[in-house]
Amino acid sequence: MTARAINWTPTAGMSAAGRRRYWRGTGIAYLYLSPAVLLLTVFHFFPGFYALYISTWRWGIVQERWVGLENYVRALSDEAFWRSLGVTVWYVLLAIPAEMVLGLLIAYLLFQPIRGRSAYRTLYFLPYVTSSVAAAIVWAWLYNNEYGLLNSLLKGAGLPAGRWLRESSGVIELFASNFGLSVPGWLSGPSMALAAVSAMSVWHYIGFHVVIFLAGLGNIPRELYEAARMDGADEGQVFRRITLPLLSPTTFFLGTVSTIGALQAFNQIYVMTNGGPLDTTRTLLMLVFRTFYQQTRVGYGSAMAFLLTFLILLLTLVNFRLVGRRVHYD
Amino acid sequence: MVQLAGSAGRPVDAPAIALGAAPTPSLRPDADRATAQNNADARRSAITRTVIHVLLLAGALVMVFPFYWMLATSLKSNAESVAFPPTFFPTELHPENYPNALAAAPFGRYFFNTALVAVCQVVGVLTVSSLAAFAFARMEFFGKNALFMAFLATLMIPSEVTLIPNFVIVTKWLGWYNTYQAQIVPALGSVFAIFLLRQFFMGIPRELEEAAHIDGCSRFRFLWAIILPLSTPALLTVALLNFLGAWNSFLWPLLVTRSPEMRPIQLGLHVFNTEFGSRYGELMAASTLVIAPTVILYLVAQRYFIEGIARSGLKG
Repeated sequence: MTARAINWTPTAGMSAAGRRRYWRGTGIAYLYLSPAVLLLTVFHFFPGFYALYISTWRWGIVQERWVGLENYVRALSDEAFWRSLGVTVWYVLLAIPAEMVLGLLIAYLLFQPIRGRSAYRTLYFLPYVTSSVAAAIVWAWLYNNEYGLLNSLLKGAGLPAGRWLRESSGVIELFASNFGLSVPGWLSGPSMALAAVSAMSVWHYIGFHVVIFLAGLGNIPRELYEAARMDGADEGQVFRRITLPLLSPTTFFLGTVSTIGALQAFNQIYVMTNGGPLDTTRTLLMLVFRTFYQQTRVGYGSAMAFLLTFLILLLTLVNFRLVGRRVHYD
Repeated sequence: MVQLAGSAGRPVDAPAIALGAAPTPSLRPDADRATAQNNADARRSAITRTVIHVLLLAGALVMVFPFYWMLATSLKSNAESVAFPPTFFPTELHPENYPNALAAAPFGRYFFNTALVAVCQVVGVLTVSSLAAFAFARMEFFGKNALFMAFLATLMIPSEVTLIPNFVIVTKWLGWYNTYQAQIVPALGSVFAIFLLRQFFMGIPRELEEAAHIDGCSRFRFLWAIILPLSTPALLTVALLNFLGAWNSFLWPLLVTRSPEMRPIQLGLHVFNTEFGSRYGELMAASTLVIAPTVILYLVAQRYFIEGIARSGLKG
């Protein structure tokens, strides 16, 4: 019995008994597969197409009428949609590079032959297994304007307190205002609230990056390091010339996966800011949630969700184009 | 899976350090120089190691501090939690924050709901995935490759697209609004679990199956009595990751449940936060209780968690 490619006459060359056995085996196999097939069809496959169908309808509390692409046209001319897209992009830019760089740094340090590595790894991974709701509540408490630890420390040091999760001004704008400068609106940057949420996200997800980078580092053959050292390469050269290039499949994979994950971030934003202040943390998924759930505009929300998916696909492709060319697969 | 055997450090000439390189005048200056070089290397690598430890400790402190602050606040009186300057250790212990928090909201019910949903989900996923994985790993049947590709393709459909249609399917078509099954059933089809188990099942020697067959063991019995016990690590990984997902799930229950009788713990905590957000001691006590089960489970079964995450990541 060997693996068989898709073959419309799979029983060719079999005896009658063999043929009977094959079809009987097929029946039994599908019996084993039926629960999984049923579940995946109902809750994964079908909804993918059904979402497209819903998005072409005017659909509030009830399904009203077919409107074709109207929902898409409206979304693309909706100022709220573009603002949320901007927020989403900023969120990704604030969280992902920090997660990648810090994750690699920590993984690299943890990869050195030192004592207590597994204890460190345990601690760094801890936030990842805790609920994002509880973690968000704890961080909101640290950020609390009146009694939060962060502001208490600033006050103790004689520095002005920040408004953190309630601050809708941009971080660049705030920074410039320290020097009495004012910046134009397009340069004000993401809101302080979004930066504060991103910091929590970095803390929450960094363990995942560390674990994946550690696995990637473990896959690099040791002989390469030894050979490079024999040739007199120093630590920095080894890192640049061997570690980084050979780690690139891992890096590429992590960048893509975590960006897609960040585009779907919901829990911590919902709990910490609920999209505010002044909608400066209202990411696309938050907007989809509000449109579909709180405003009961099911068709319109579905169209927005599809646009978010296009964005994810596009990003994956662009990422693949840009990085893919420079990725080493050995 | 997660290979931690590092080798990036400089090789240290261990005996030279251990024996302290006797300080007698040597007739072989080359050897002396080599030892001095080794000592310098050893010293430098000791410095490097110290720097690494300092960096890692500082990072670990940042990672752990929010947990510490949560615990510390959960034991403070409300007056102390808002005092300035803040106290790093509670001056007076107020463990009554815990029973007070539990009494202020139906947390018992929330915990029960989540535990029930999580256990049903784990048992369901293990059952459905083991059966499917067994078929893929050990049977030849018509359309096997095509079906396998179809399963793979579901990984490409992102969850935010299926959110709205699943809501319509579960609440309108199936009429499951505000029920347990709405929280359990949609999560039972896990392609990741099927792949992980299939991979594991394929590694179990064929000879076992032949021997079992000769002994008159049925196919299902072979799966139940031989394959599954041999696959305990893979089953544990799947079980733990699913339990974690079920325990921490928030958005989906937010959509499909309405009453405290059905709501899971994460939603309960969120509601508590919006209602009693200024009772910081109790809020942190409640958060501690919500986090505790997963943290304990993680500390006990770390290996399976980390291996599972690494594998799920690498297998995409």
